[in-house]
Amino acid sequence: MRILVTVKFTPDLQSNRSFAEGTVTRTADDGSMNELDEHAVEAALQLVEAAGEGEVFALTVGGADAVAAVRKALQLGANHAIHVQDDAVAGSDVFGTAAVLAAAIRKVRNASPLDLVITGMAALDGLTSMLPTALAAELDWSQLTLASSLEVADGSATIVRHLADAHETVTAPLPAVVSVTDELNKPRFPNFKLIMAARKAEVTVWSLADLGVDPASVGAGAARTIVVDASPRPPRANQKIVTDTGEGGKILADFLIERGLV
Amino acid sequence: MTSVISNPVAVLVELRDGAVAHPTFEALTLARSLGTPVAVWLGTDPGAEAVAQLAQYGAAEVRVAAIGAEARYPAKAAAAIAASTEDAKLLLVVSTFLNKEIVTRLAVTTGAGVVVDAAGVEFVESPGADSAVEAFQTVFAATWNVRTRIEGSKAIVGIRPNTTTASAADAPGEATVVPIVAALPATRETIIAVEPIAAVAGVPLSDAPVVVAGGRGTGGDYALITEFADLLGGAVGASRDATDEGWISHEHMIGQTGTTVTPALYVACGISGAVHHRGGMQASGTIVAINMDPDAPIFEICDFGVVGSLFDVLPQAIEAVKAHRAS
Repeated sequence: MRILVTVKFTPDLQSNRSFAEGTVTRTADDGSMNELDEHAVEAALQLVEAAGEGEVFALTVGGADAVAAVRKALQLGANHAIHVQDDAVAGSDVFGTAAVLAAAIRKVRNASPLDLVITGMAALDGLTSMLPTALAAELDWSQLTLASSLEVADGSATIVRHLADAHETVTAPLPAVVSVTDELNKPRFPNFKLIMAARKAEVTVWSLADLGVDPASVGAGAARTIVVDASPRPPRANQKIVTDTGEGGKILADFLIERGLV
Repeated sequence: MTSVISNPVAVLVELRDGAVAHPTFEALTLARSLGTPVAVWLGTDPGAEAVAQLAQYGAAEVRVAAIGAEARYPAKAAAAIAASTEDAKLLLVVSTFLNKEIVTRLAVTTGAGVVVDAAGVEFVESPGADSAVEAFQTVFAATWNVRTRIEGSKAIVGIRPNTTTASAADAPGEATVVPIVAALPATRETIIAVEPIAAVAGVPLSDAPVVVAGGRGTGGDYALITEFADLLGGAVGASRDATDEGWISHEHMIGQTGTTVTPALYVACGISGAVHHRGGMQASGTIVAINMDPDAPIFEICDFGVVGSLFDVLPQAIEAVKAHRAS
């Protein structure tokens, strides 16, 4: 069982972020691997452990700080780390990002076959959930998204996914792109030995040239969407907090009545 | 075949149990401010009642791709929408997990630019083109407002429920039903079981104008939460803590990986307000919080907060609202 997990470097959601020229800026030390990607790494590790053989690759795309995401995957137990780093990638939209990831996945697969690509269901910074679908389309692999359960057997994968109107059970032949929800598993904590090993582990760095991707086809220039304005939301005005001393419910009801909300 | 409609704005009809879901009317209302709405219907043929409803909100046409249960496959649904919207520069859909997959597939084949989870959209002047589409969103757990321009000749915007107030057209006409024939692609995936989620009594969580949510502070007792929600015509929500404890089913979970809600009124009861929860509700109109802990982060983002026990505060509030209504 050979599985590649895509992981994303995301800012710490509690930290202050800002936009500059349409992209997110942050400092290198206020982020790590997207929390939801831990469930993807865990799913991959469990499948390899159950199969009794195999390897887990962690792949990320991003600037120099993004290496923190694949190092985190190594700490959790991934065997190999790949970082696609190229200035031309900056500002890519979901389709550009999918094209770069797909090129890197093909390069891994050319060395030896992959069974699965596993991703988190969304990145907690952007949270559009579109990447797994775009990646499956780009690779022309099976798409099994929003898995809250996952079974792999006899060359196919089967998931259950919860949609707004129904629970679906979906099956498809491998290779497949699977996105997993935070319901699927409880991610393990890194152990000391793996943390030490991850520090020294070699991370493979690829540029767009290494992947044969035309820089003009990705990045801000090729993006179909561009952020034209971004501003922090003002804090709520006239905030009122009361301590219940026996009339709290009454005061709350008065507030709702005054606002015309009941 | 579709007739020529000036400045058509396509709206994908959202169905629940075969009926048109309310956010569709919000999207049609928004589409009316941008051009001529045309509704896109996937699944089984709509009844006359549904067509009349769509017309009431301004749909000039209802384009029907009768692809039945194939509509559950994102790539097939995308192909049917593509065949139904060749003349439309802009497509609006309700921002659900499934629709995000459908529009991603659609954008891969048509080259459209996509913004999802938007609160609004408008056409703006654009040098060198007729007009450009700009959408607004809140991001980073609703702490930032962002305006995004969609380049190119095709735009898709996913709209969050409750961000536009649905209103019927002033002088609604009849909607013409136009059958659409679409060639559907084969898919590698097979949906082998569909277990419908029983509609919760009352309004669906994502569309509800009022949400009363309970967290760890309920200790698993949702009686007061449910009573207050029913009284206000709202839906019951929950935090991740509560669904993890098994106190209430996952369908009620509000947060970045559960349901995102933007009701006019959000009442958080015994919910501390962890960042993942806040990301699913922070864009709500008015936020009210009840919590024992005066340092709970939920108090940082609420309009009105009561430091106290929900078991004291809610019964009194329920009685006071009832008394007000009776007066």
